[in-house]
Amino acid sequence: MAYLDHAASTPMLPEAVATVTAALTAALSAAGNASSLHAGGRQARRVVEESREQLAAALGARPSEVVFTGSGTESDNLAVKGIWWARRAADPRRTRILASAVEHHAVLDAVEWLASHEGATVDWLEVDDQGRLHPDVLREAIERDPSDVALVTVMWANNEVGSVQPVRRLADLAHEFELPFHSDAVQAVGQLPVDVDACGVDALTLTGHKFGGPLGVGALVLGRDVDCTPLLHGGGQERDVRSGTLDTPAVAGLAVAAALAVRRQPALHARLSGLRDDLVRRVQRAVPDAVLNGATAPHRLPGNAHFSFPGCEGDSLLLLLDARGVEVSTGSACSAGVARPSHVLLAMGADEDTARSSLRFSLGHTSTLADVDALLDALPAVVERARRAALPALRR
Amino acid sequence: MRLLAALSGGVDSAVAAALALEAGHDVTGVHLALSSSPATLRTGARGCCSKEDARDASRVADLLGIPFYVWDLADRFRADVIDDFVGEYAAGRTPNPCLRCNEKIKFTAVLDRALALGFDAVVTGHHARLHEGALRRSADAAKDQSYVLAVLTPQQLARTVLPLGDLTKAGVRAAAAARGLPVAGKPDSHDVCFIADGDTAGFLRERLGAQPGPVVDAATGAVVGGHDGAYAYTVGQRRGLALTVPSPDGRPRYVLSVEPGSRTVTVGPGEALDVWTVRARRPLWLVPRPHPLACEVQLRAHGAVHACEVHEEDGAWRLELATAARGVAPGQAAVLYDGERVLASATTG
Repeated sequence: MAYLDHAASTPMLPEAVATVTAALTAALSAAGNASSLHAGGRQARRVVEESREQLAAALGARPSEVVFTGSGTESDNLAVKGIWWARRAADPRRTRILASAVEHHAVLDAVEWLASHEGATVDWLEVDDQGRLHPDVLREAIERDPSDVALVTVMWANNEVGSVQPVRRLADLAHEFELPFHSDAVQAVGQLPVDVDACGVDALTLTGHKFGGPLGVGALVLGRDVDCTPLLHGGGQERDVRSGTLDTPAVAGLAVAAALAVRRQPALHARLSGLRDDLVRRVQRAVPDAVLNGATAPHRLPGNAHFSFPGCEGDSLLLLLDARGVEVSTGSACSAGVARPSHVLLAMGADEDTARSSLRFSLGHTSTLADVDALLDALPAVVERARRAALPALRR
Repeated sequence: MRLLAALSGGVDSAVAAALALEAGHDVTGVHLALSSSPATLRTGARGCCSKEDARDASRVADLLGIPFYVWDLADRFRADVIDDFVGEYAAGRTPNPCLRCNEKIKFTAVLDRALALGFDAVVTGHHARLHEGALRRSADAAKDQSYVLAVLTPQQLARTVLPLGDLTKAGVRAAAAARGLPVAGKPDSHDVCFIADGDTAGFLRERLGAQPGPVVDAATGAVVGGHDGAYAYTVGQRRGLALTVPSPDGRPRYVLSVEPGSRTVTVGPGEALDVWTVRARRPLWLVPRPHPLACEVQLRAHGAVHACEVHEEDGAWRLELATAARGVAPGQAAVLYDGERVLASATTG
């Protein structure tokens, strides 16, 4: 089995598994709600707070800025909706959202929801054919009327084509106009250097299962001076921004994984870049008309390779590779599992057929040359077969 | 064989896939997404492609331990089934969308793609027997679907596996329960899957607009009522006729014909619906054509069977029935049977 879908979820780090297991085992004998006042509560709280400090240190943030959540999707929704509501409450004119056209659905759909239910207006910021947003595009959008902007949200690195955005410059630009800036860094943490303090973002989304932590836990790094209306009301946990009893074992696993992933990031970056470049070369040799989508290094996630295979349908390629033990992704799926042409590729100027002919190969910390070999063993015959399957029956 | 099982999320296709797997085949499941805006939850017995159905299909595949994918055929379904359905009604005919879906989607689009991807055949949960190219009625007469499969070519049937033919519906449910398949108790589907509220006339009116016209009595030629669109009427229909003039003899009147050009719906007494001669075009034979031919014909899904003689003239059929058929709408399939076995099909009108 060759797993080339780390951007969807990457295997947990053994240290994170050990941490979660130890915390769960401790729960056999001691109940611990981190909000309780007795010894058991204090013990749970200690785990949570040490995890908060560990995560903050790994990301160049302050512990008080870490808000634990249940997923990257929740963090994105909290940032986008929460900051938008708070900004509008402070100044009713501030209803405009500036977002890149290639955001993940967790941001995109939250923005669309604000537009359709709360009266938000949206500027979808155009990207170039490599999927990158130019600061001038953002500047122009802000300068149309700086006084009505609620927030700016631009992902750190794209989940489909791997393009890395110039987050530092975009954040500086937003701050020039005193606008809050959110970035979905779900794909970036562990693959790229992510330092909240150095890049100056006001809110940053991350999630555990993309860098070796457990599923079902994420965080929003939220600047202390950033007003954010909660999505969840209740016991007032997490600075009153995210009520709900914390999953102590998951939070501990998240922090351990983040610390290790960040420490190992430079080495992983070097290794994955080499492996990925090899994969790209060999795919292009095996399928000469395959088109590599996205940006070139260094503006690309080291583990990402994204191709269009002209004349093929992505879901045929996926099925055929799956049958040969190679696990990849078409990049985007709706809840019924139906492949739709990717909004990311369409925003980069691709037509629908090209968008439907695409596959994402994503590498991670357990990837080896054997995975790339397995892909290349299968790929030529698979592409050939998928190409025939896409033809009208008579011409096969 | 490498088989592609179409999993609707219902009990029939689930058991069909299970039986194919138990027979030793290598089975992969696909769910066909036929609606571009699927409802989240299933409502009663209608709708065939809600997200809940997709989930049920995926749970069946999980339990069987087979790969599972969703194929998006919404565009083809709209063009080949829904648009065809609306167009046929607009032309004064009465289409059978299930039959069209089998012909164009399941056994053309899906089968073609399956074969091209390296599968040997598709397996479906239709109730009919298929053995060495011979298509026969299901063991469960009430659930028999050989009628809606009769439009398949011998080539398509050669690449089709129907494991449920010898089972009754109750037997299928029992087989599902015995295997722990969670869909064992799911209600049967009825009606047209893409008209969720069952209001066909409303569905057509939305797409074709109001086209008011007269309702005319066949005997007197008098206008006895009006309507908002002739497409909402089907030959043999009795309900839903807003007649302002009572019939002279006080007996119920039925739709005898629908003429879309003049927007005229003609009504008359029930016996005027009786026909002994039926014409049908585009014949498709599943057996070497016997000649001359005495056999039976079925003229609508779950309809009565009539002994008949088949006369082929200029590539079309003239069927002489031994017993009168009541209300033969143009656009339906005329399916010839020799006892249980399907011989051929053609389109009436």
